[in-house]
Amino acid sequence: MVIPNFSIGPLHLLDVLPYVAIVTILGVILLLTPFLVWYERVALALIQDRLGPNRVGPRGLLQAFADGIKLFLKEDIRPSAIDATIYYAAPVLMMIPALAACAVLPVADLRIDMGGGRIEAIPFVVGNVNIGILYLLGLTSLQVYGIVLAGWASNNKYSLMGGLRSSAQTISYELSMTMAVLTGVLISGSTNMVEIVRSQAGTVADWNIAKFLPLGFIATVVYLIAMVAETNRAPFDLPEAESELVAGFHTEYSSMKFAMFFMCEYASMLVISGVATALWFGGWNSPHPALNFVPGFVWFILKVVAFVMVYVWVRATLPRLRYDALMALGWKRLLPIALAALVLTATWDAVRTPADKKSGWPVIEAPHDADKPVARASNAR
Amino acid sequence: MGNPVTATRETWGPIAQGMALTLKHFTQMIVARDKTSVTVQYPEERREQYPRTRWRHALTRHEDGLEKCIGCSLCAGACPARCIYVEAAENSDERRFSPGERFAARYEINMLRCIFCGYCQEACPTGAITLRKDFELADHHRADFLYTKQMLLEPTPAPGAAG
Repeated sequence: MVIPNFSIGPLHLLDVLPYVAIVTILGVILLLTPFLVWYERVALALIQDRLGPNRVGPRGLLQAFADGIKLFLKEDIRPSAIDATIYYAAPVLMMIPALAACAVLPVADLRIDMGGGRIEAIPFVVGNVNIGILYLLGLTSLQVYGIVLAGWASNNKYSLMGGLRSSAQTISYELSMTMAVLTGVLISGSTNMVEIVRSQAGTVADWNIAKFLPLGFIATVVYLIAMVAETNRAPFDLPEAESELVAGFHTEYSSMKFAMFFMCEYASMLVISGVATALWFGGWNSPHPALNFVPGFVWFILKVVAFVMVYVWVRATLPRLRYDALMALGWKRLLPIALAALVLTATWDAVRTPADKKSGWPVIEAPHDADKPVARASNAR
Repeated sequence: MGNPVTATRETWGPIAQGMALTLKHFTQMIVARDKTSVTVQYPEERREQYPRTRWRHALTRHEDGLEKCIGCSLCAGACPARCIYVEAAENSDERRFSPGERFAARYEINMLRCIFCGYCQEACPTGAITLRKDFELADHHRADFLYTKQMLLEPTPAPGAAG
C-alpha cells in the first residue's frame, strides 16, 4: 500500500507523522488497557472453569470501564504517616516510563510516494532514534523507582517489603534481559529499533529468534522470562504477592492512584510485548512473503496480542516463585546462560566476518547510510 | 543442580504439563461452555436446593384450607433462639381457623434471630410450621424481618381444591 506524500496547507505528511504516531500509539495503548484487563479476567475464569465478567456491556467488555469509573469516584484516602511528596509522585513516576517507552516502538513501515515514482519506507514510530533499544532499557529500569518509592512513602512494612523485593528483582533480571537484548542487537547489527525490525524482513527464518541457532533462540527464551519478571507479573509478582504482602507496594493507595498503578502494569505489559515482538519476532514483518499483502501494523498487533495471551496463560498456570528461588533463577541460571549466548554470538559474528589484512581484526562495515540522519521527517522531504 | 539434563527435564516437564492442563481447560470452556462451566448465573438461574434444606418458614394448611397450627406454642418452647411468638385464641363455629379448639391469633418469627435449626418443625404436633427452600431472605429494614402470620401462612388452596 503506497501512500502519496500529500500536504494540507502548510502541514506536510512527513512533518506531522511523528505527532500522528504519538496520538495513535498512546491512544491505542491506553484504550487497549481496559480490554486487556477484561481479557485477562475472562481468560483466567475460563481456565478455572468459570465464566468471568459478563454483565457490563456485551460479553462484559465494558467491565473494566465500570471498574475505572468506580475507582475514579472512590474517596482518595490519604494515610496519616505517609511521606506526602513521594507518595503522590510515585504513581506518576511509574506511569511516565511506561508510556514514554512507546516512543521507540516500531509499529509499521509506511511506503510513501515521494514524487517522481520514488517510494521510500518511512517507519511509523514516534522517535526513530539510533539508540532506541538503550532508551527502552533505561526506561524499563526507571519504572522500579515508582515501585520502591511507593513502598517507602506508604510507611507500611508490607509496602516497603514489596518495594524492596521489586528493586532486587528488577536489578537481578535486568542483567539477564540486557544480555539477551545485546545478543539481539548483535544479531541485527543495530541499536535502532526500526533497523532491527528491517533486518528481520523475509520469512520466519529471518527473525532474530531463528538466527544464530540455537543462540538466538536461547537469548529469546531468556528475554521472555526476564520480561515477565521486569513487568512484575506472575509467576514473578513478588512485589505485590497478595497472599504474603496484602497488595505489596500499592497497599496504601486508593482511588485513581491505585488505578494508575493498575493501568501501568497493563500498559508496560503491552509495551514490553511490543519490544519482544520487534526484537525477536520480526516486528511488523510477515512470517512468509506470501502473506505480505497483510499490512505490517496488523502483524505487529497480532504478535503483541499473542504475547499478551501467553502472559495471561502463564499467570494462570505457574505458582509464584519463592524469593530465594527467584534470585537463584535470575543469578545462577539466566545470567550465565544469557552471558554465554552473548559471548558465543559475538564470537560467531566475529569469526564469519572477514578479517582486515593489516590489523587482523574483523572489518566492521558501516551501514550504508550511517553518515546521514535516519529518516528525520523534515530532512526526508 | 546435579545432572543438567535431569534438571532441565525436572524443571520444564512440570511446567509443560501445567501449561497443557490450563490450555485444555481453556479450550474446553471455549468449545463446550455449558458442559464444563461451574458458574450458576444466579439471578436468572438458581442452583437446585437439597430436599431437606431448611430456609424460610411456612405455616401450612390442611387440604380443606384450614390452618394446621393450633396455637400450642410448642415451637416457641423448642426454639433455642427464642425467636417465635405465638398468641392463641379460641375457635368458634362462626370464626374457625383450625380444626382444633384453638388457633394462632398471632404467629411471629424474628428472622434476625432465627438460626434455621428446624427444632420448631420437629416440635410441632400438627406439622404446621415447616422450613422450606426459599433462601432469598435479604431485606432493607430491621423491622421487615419480623415475619407475621400473614407472611408465613401458605395461600388458601384454590376453591376447587378446597373441601
